[in-house]
Amino acid sequence: MSAIEKAVQARESSERNLRPETWSGVKVMNGILKALNIIGMLGLVLIFALPFAWMISTSLKTLPETMIFPPEWIPNDPQWQNFIQAWNSGPFLHYFFNSVLIAGGILILQMLTMIPAAYAFARFQFPGSGILFGFVMVTLMIPSQLIFLPVYLQLSSWHLLNTHLGLILPFASSAFGIFLLRQSFKQVPEELIEAARLDKAKEWKIMWKLMIPMARPALITIALFSFISHWNDYFWPLVMTTNETARTLPLGIAKIRETEGVATWNILMAANLILVVPILIVFFFAQRSIIKAFVYNGVK
Amino acid sequence: MGRIELKGISKFFKDEEVIKNLDLTIRDGSFTVLVGPSGCGKSTTLRMIAGLDEQTKGEIWIDDKCVNGVPPGDRDVAMVFQNYALYPTMNVYDNIEFGLINRKVPKKEREKLIKDIAEIVGLSDYMKKKPEMLSGGQRQRVALARAMVKKPQVFILDEPLSNLDAKLRHQMRTELIQLHERLGTTFVYVTHDQVEAMSMGDEIVIMNKGVIQQAASPMTLYNDPANVFAAQFIGTPAMNILPSQELQLPSAQGKRHDIASFGFRPEHALFHAPAAIEGLRLDGMVLTRESLGAENIYQIQSSLGMFSVKTFLEPLTSDTLVTVTVPYERLYYFNSEGQRLRQVEVRRGEEIGTAQAPELVSVGGGL
Ligand SMILES: Nc1ncnc2c1ncn2[C@@H]1O[C@H](COP(=O)(O)OP(=O)(O)OP(=O)(O)O)[C@@H](O)[C@H]1O
Ligand SMILES: [Mg+2]
Repeated sequence: MSAIEKAVQARESSERNLRPETWSGVKVMNGILKALNIIGMLGLVLIFALPFAWMISTSLKTLPETMIFPPEWIPNDPQWQNFIQAWNSGPFLHYFFNSVLIAGGILILQMLTMIPAAYAFARFQFPGSGILFGFVMVTLMIPSQLIFLPVYLQLSSWHLLNTHLGLILPFASSAFGIFLLRQSFKQVPEELIEAARLDKAKEWKIMWKLMIPMARPALITIALFSFISHWNDYFWPLVMTTNETARTLPLGIAKIRETEGVATWNILMAANLILVVPILIVFFFAQRSIIKAFVYNGVK
Repeated sequence: MGRIELKGISKFFKDEEVIKNLDLTIRDGSFTVLVGPSGCGKSTTLRMIAGLDEQTKGEIWIDDKCVNGVPPGDRDVAMVFQNYALYPTMNVYDNIEFGLINRKVPKKEREKLIKDIAEIVGLSDYMKKKPEMLSGGQRQRVALARAMVKKPQVFILDEPLSNLDAKLRHQMRTELIQLHERLGTTFVYVTHDQVEAMSMGDEIVIMNKGVIQQAASPMTLYNDPANVFAAQFIGTPAMNILPSQELQLPSAQGKRHDIASFGFRPEHALFHAPAAIEGLRLDGMVLTRESLGAENIYQIQSSLGMFSVKTFLEPLTSDTLVTVTVPYERLYYFNSEGQRLRQVEVRRGEEIGTAQAPELVSVGGGL
């Protein structure tokens, strides 16, 4: 910026400050609202961030330090070896591998079932399409506590308890994902599809080259939610396993609590951090796509 | 070759008949413009030609092939949409290439075709950009390039310029005309702007409520409209149409027929007609005057109704009460259905009807 421009800008801003309406009631009200808004958001951030900070802080303390009151936020001597101890307190590599396999397997299977289903519901009117979609939606309303027993019995009769497949299969598809993806497929302007048809694109090509890339933000969001919820899932693996073969990280962490006589909070938190870090990393990279998924608008 | 023939086409949406028994032949290599008010079925007609909508009845022929049931991609038709419909996740190059890949054009050839087309529409520097980063005019060019690169028999353009500002629209209009001349392909172009239609088309099809009112060259439409609708659609201001009941209009065959109304173009009415001119005299009061520099437009109230007059290169009249003369040969007659009654009109070189002497017919002012 040249010196002249700067000078002009400075003068303009000083003039703006002098203008009487700057201090009118409306402006002041707006200012207060804005301030309240920011304070509110800061409050929200605190609510979500505090437990997190607490977890990190605790994971770096010695056991006696975790009991000090008032608590210390920053430990004097960070205990990095807590992580090693947590990792070595059980077959964590095994749990980790199981978690990756199961959450990943669910993710892949869900993509394979969700994309075609959502595509069909979004693009085609076929006999029974309305009723079928209604069925999909209804499954959203059934709590898992209601169906875990029949599923357990079913898996048991198939001899799938204590197997990875048994933990994957119940989540082979996701009604929520189908719903969300269908919405985002429906948002693709009809003209684009028509243009592609004029470009001699076959249906699968329209799906792969046009619709899926355009639904990418939604896909990433769905994938992320699916992965996180199954990565963190405690209930299903607990119910469907009776030995270590297919147990996942959350179960392994819970066991730290059981095995030691006293609750070793610092080790527990270190293990929790190990559980969370992969998700944080994924989030970090997917953040922009997630935001896009919620404010998506097509090119005019 | 790209001759299109629509034979007895009807289109229903649910129970609503949007296109009614339409017959139309579009010459090979012509620049045919469909015009008409909003909702008259222009887009629907185009979409049926392109194969995006299936007609309810009738046949569509492209060249010597009936294309009923042929999917859009196999009709050798390219379309430019009003909103361009560029693929937002692909860059300019990929947008243009998409149709070629689907047509299984080899890579080498694709590269050459795209390079050529990019130069023609002036997009060479933008090939790697996504559509969202382009201006309206540039997007329009990409849409054109994407259509042109397929070398179709028929180009279909649905209001391609309506999203551009006036200056760019003018420029693109010229470019499209040049493009048509260079390619020699059939263009079917939809607009609801009559100026666009007149300046671009060599054949204009005026539609209203799913029915073709008239299909002819621009000059024929102007000089020889088939009905009131066509007469009023072309020309600014529109042709004046006034009731003729109380009027003894001279007619070529002496008989009055069932002339219900008559019309004349604003630019054919004269303020200072030489006495020798035989014509209709209309007295009226000037309501408004608009001066556009070279031309002036007046709104005049007469006892028959309001009409407008356009003069060229004449000073603006300040009179309030005026008498306007319309030469008889400039009058158009219409029956009660709005159809032209050509056989009774008086035209230059014809004898004016004998039964009714051509004494001046005068109409009083509406005061
Ligand atoms: N998919 C549809 N379903 C029901 N009615 C439709 C559909 N498409 C168009 N129509 C109706 O058909 C008529 C003609 O529509 P069309 O789009 O062809 O008009 P148009 O001449 O292109 O108008 P515009 O100048 O506004 O684009 C309209 O009355 C419209 O409501
Ligand atoms: Mg239209």
